[in-house]
Amino acid sequence: MKARIFVTLKPGVLDPQGKAIQHALAGLGFGGVNDVRAGRLIELDLADGTSEAEVDEMCRKLLANTVIENYRIETLG
Amino acid sequence: MKSAVIVFPGSNCDRDLAVAFEAVSGSKPEMVWHGESELPEGLDLIGVPGGFSYGDYLRSGAMAARSPVMQAVARAAERGTFVLGVCNGFQVLTEAGLLPGALMRNAGTHFVCRDVALTVENSQSAFTSRYAAGESITVPVAHHDGNYFADAATLDRLEGEGRIAFRYGEAVNGSARDIAGILNDAGNVLGMMPHPERAIDTGHGGTDGRRVFEGLVESLMTRA
Repeated sequence: MKARIFVTLKPGVLDPQGKAIQHALAGLGFGGVNDVRAGRLIELDLADGTSEAEVDEMCRKLLANTVIENYRIETLG
Repeated sequence: MKSAVIVFPGSNCDRDLAVAFEAVSGSKPEMVWHGESELPEGLDLIGVPGGFSYGDYLRSGAMAARSPVMQAVARAAERGTFVLGVCNGFQVLTEAGLLPGALMRNAGTHFVCRDVALTVENSQSAFTSRYAAGESITVPVAHHDGNYFADAATLDRLEGEGRIAFRYGEAVNGSARDIAGILNDAGNVLGMMPHPERAIDTGHGGTDGRRVFEGLVESLMTRA
């Protein structure tokens, strides 16, 4: 069983890296980029039977800092 | 004074902090490895040093905050032991939940390494009692993730309770309300991005950080 965790900055939290990427894209001539938010993708290979509640706890305890970040869990098979 | 400095893989200011503790108190701190689940008995002061614990993997301070020794540090803080977190140590203390908020990538995206002006906001704490409120001091910073963030309600609470110990006197990293260092609600835990231990000797180019340690020693002597 696999799970993918998408960790993103909360809306309203300034993302300096996203801004830098946006500027770099503009420098390459991609002018139509209104905003960039950079996040993190974490892939977990889990023992069968691991509950979604357990994965959620992993996110809250370590994988995301819920002061500044949101997370979304996607389980695959 | 009985003190300890926590050492994580990737800490690089642990010895500087130990030198500062010893220079001011006269007694050598114990260096405690992150894998220990117990601290030495009877500690008065714990230093959580700067550096790049666990290579800043995941988020600065995130892995260190979950290491065995931090459970012991949290219990000691609860009992009133002084805890000083500098730079990465401040990041570790926020990640561990001993201080509110989070430290994010500097607003300018660059690593900032230079002397900065700080304003002492609260001169009532054990860490800041040797300064005058409103005093301007110069202490070096060296960080990539020093941009303090907390929601507006938390920031208002910190302000209202006098828990902002130091503010930047100039633009440094985009920190909310120019926050450079904060106290916990009991006043025995201080986290700060600037490095007071790098400004304790004229050979360092300045001694403005020394009074953080002198204040602690004095406070411990009057406590005893």
